[in-house]
Amino acid sequence: MSGTLTIDDQTIPFTDGQTIIEAARTAGVYIPHLCHRPGYTPHGSCKLCTVKVNGRTCSACTFPAAEGQKVVNNSEELQEARLRITQMLFVEGNHFCPTCEKSGNCELQAVGYHLNMLDSHFPHFYAHRKVDASHPDILIDHNRCIFCNLCVRASRESDGKDVFGIAGRGIHKRLIINSPTGQLKDSNISVEDSAVQVCPTGAILVKRTGYKTPIGGRIYDQHPISTIACKKRETDSTG
Amino acid sequence: MTGNDTMKTFLETVLAEADYQPVRLLKILRAVQAQYRHIPATAIDFLSDKLNIPRTQIIAVVEFYSFLHATPQGRYDLLFSDSITDRMQNKESLLAYAAEILKVRVGEVRKDELVSLNNTSCTGMCDQGPAGLVNGYPLPRLDRPKIDTIAALIEQEIPLDDWPAELFQVEETIYKPGLLLTQPFSNGDAIKATFNRGLTETLAEVDLSNLRGRGGAGFKTALKWRTCAIQAATPRYVICNADEGEPGTYKDRMLLNLYADQVFEGMTLCAAIIGSTQGLVYLRAEYLFLYEKLQNVLQNRRDQGLLGTTILGQAGFDFDIEIRMGAGAYICGEASAQIESLEGKPGIPRTKPPNSVICGYLRKPTVVDNVETFFATTHIAIKGGQWFADVGTPQSTGSKLLSISGDCARPGIYEYPFGTRISEILSDCGAEEVMGVQIGGPSGTFISNRELERTLAFEDLSSAGSFMVFNHTRNIFDVVQNFTDFFAHESCGFCAPCRVGTSLLKNQLNKIIDGHGSAVDMEKLSEICMVVKNFSHCGLGETAANPILTTLASYPELYLEQLKRSGFSPGFNLDATLAIARQLTQRDDSGAHLSQQVEN
Repeated sequence: MSGTLTIDDQTIPFTDGQTIIEAARTAGVYIPHLCHRPGYTPHGSCKLCTVKVNGRTCSACTFPAAEGQKVVNNSEELQEARLRITQMLFVEGNHFCPTCEKSGNCELQAVGYHLNMLDSHFPHFYAHRKVDASHPDILIDHNRCIFCNLCVRASRESDGKDVFGIAGRGIHKRLIINSPTGQLKDSNISVEDSAVQVCPTGAILVKRTGYKTPIGGRIYDQHPISTIACKKRETDSTG
Repeated sequence: MTGNDTMKTFLETVLAEADYQPVRLLKILRAVQAQYRHIPATAIDFLSDKLNIPRTQIIAVVEFYSFLHATPQGRYDLLFSDSITDRMQNKESLLAYAAEILKVRVGEVRKDELVSLNNTSCTGMCDQGPAGLVNGYPLPRLDRPKIDTIAALIEQEIPLDDWPAELFQVEETIYKPGLLLTQPFSNGDAIKATFNRGLTETLAEVDLSNLRGRGGAGFKTALKWRTCAIQAATPRYVICNADEGEPGTYKDRMLLNLYADQVFEGMTLCAAIIGSTQGLVYLRAEYLFLYEKLQNVLQNRRDQGLLGTTILGQAGFDFDIEIRMGAGAYICGEASAQIESLEGKPGIPRTKPPNSVICGYLRKPTVVDNVETFFATTHIAIKGGQWFADVGTPQSTGSKLLSISGDCARPGIYEYPFGTRISEILSDCGAEEVMGVQIGGPSGTFISNRELERTLAFEDLSSAGSFMVFNHTRNIFDVVQNFTDFFAHESCGFCAPCRVGTSLLKNQLNKIIDGHGSAVDMEKLSEICMVVKNFSHCGLGETAANPILTTLASYPELYLEQLKRSGFSPGFNLDATLAIARQLTQRDDSGAHLSQQVEN
């Protein structure tokens, strides 16, 4: 079964079982998101993909597409809220783009550009977070984790492992590692795992690869995320 | 045996009692917590192996629930209920006193590990506060002499079983019984009435009654039951939501304490109607004191043929009820979060659709209803739907149980027909010089004394049971701050707007209350409110800004009075930040100081 729905007055097709965000992406319509990645179970936690469906507020990444839906995506109200939510993610962790090796390949940064984010707007939390550099090939910088859950899902669904989990409550959320010591080196992760590639920020990095592509030549240096996201089928390398 | 062997033997026993079922992880961890005063890492590894679940799931559960700990708590773990009504009854000074005489700081464990002291979210004893918990058991009506007694018992290491019973005496005071509380009832009445009338016909009576869920959301009960009943998938489950966590609410405590049979009977007739064989009661951790009593009620019902197989001789009608304890998380009052918790996971609300009626416990059709809802259905089954629909308003039929607390002469349980004016309720409970009323708890609505002719109803002021009165001596910001802190503490952290937004709200509100706010800070406060309210994943986020938004609507002038007159005011002490510079340069002249006030 399939049908059509409209997003901001543009009619697009969908197939049965598709979510709104997937129908939109396939049709080349960008709905901002960070916790969504085609192929993984939808999570619906970053709330950037919030749209209005027939007047009701929904997460486009979890809400099923249906015949005749009228979806508002690009309204001033929604873009403003997306900007504020993105700024919330920036102040929650410690994100210093100029010194981050993910800069240019970072989806959080790219969404910030897309939403014309010029400052952090809210007071920073200056959270005390650690770096786990224990693994020979993989680095985790908890300062940059936005709890999108993608590594958790990738490890479980794609790698057949359960390397990551998210613990804690409220503002005390934290990414945890499934190993006897809690350190990455003692887990069964491997550098080839999808979970290592899937991070939308610079929280999970492959060591010694950060500057292979010079700044200026990276994904979002070349094209806005609105274009890349609609082309992207599978995970991108961290470059 | 070594300590590790002893622990393994203990864990094997606990696992066997839980039938090695990962869904009973909370039960298992509660037992480990009670035995070892924390969840040791070795226990996590062992349980992970035996239950075949990742250790990350166990760690996530331990960190999610307030009553589970990664580090050892005291042998006597003393908690003070931190609801606004406790604070209004001198809780802060009692807590400080307890800290002083027990020689332990709030939030810490004493060096000898004998005692730990901390705050906890509302324990549901608001009519008999200030209240505490010791090793999970309630200590109502605390005062200095009682703290002295408790401290002496702790120092002498007297086992909890040997403490004077009156310390734990919970009273149920019903000032105004109404439609439901006055009904006569004998065990089995509602089940018999249901089968005599017929299942379809009884569901039609529930429909006719227009009963709406008493947990707050007000979803029509008959529609929920019918939707569940027509699902093809089996088994189907009945869950009684006894996770009454909304600060100020304790009417479910009273129902379970005094009317448990009628609640269980409501679950049983629901099971008959939807075709369920298994019921679960999710009892909030704070009501541990009811656990044994409720188990006995269940056993009596089994003995009377009201639970078990072939209930009251009805061939093929088998149903039983299991009680599962929570572990301290407000969010688990939300149906889908509760189901996650019942499955042994952190209580994170699920994404909808699908609704839990279609895809609930173990992904099967599930009815989750409030304690009071089941209680009401018992009497609707006996008396019929019209009897219930004749009371209240067309949109809000029947009566509502209120737990009244705060500034009034007679805090306790009251039952009113929907549509009753707030002023009448205030007069009944002996409230004078009212500044405002919080209806429905922190997630509900604050009304000022100019709005007291409004009514209790889903279409006006809805309440799951909480009704807190504040008189003229109260500072409104103490109320708002307590509620806003509560939501930041209880946010599950799943979605970005609520996880970050509730903490931003807390900080921003504090800035204004502390007198550091300017006009632009009020704008920012409102802006955060709107993002949290409109973009959060679940009801907690949607309502977390209500304390600010509704008090701001009632008393905007009080907020304005808090603001600085300058155009800009830093959120920190300018002069204090120069202290190190002064020290390094050895200066302390007037030129080395900054004035806090920045001129326009």
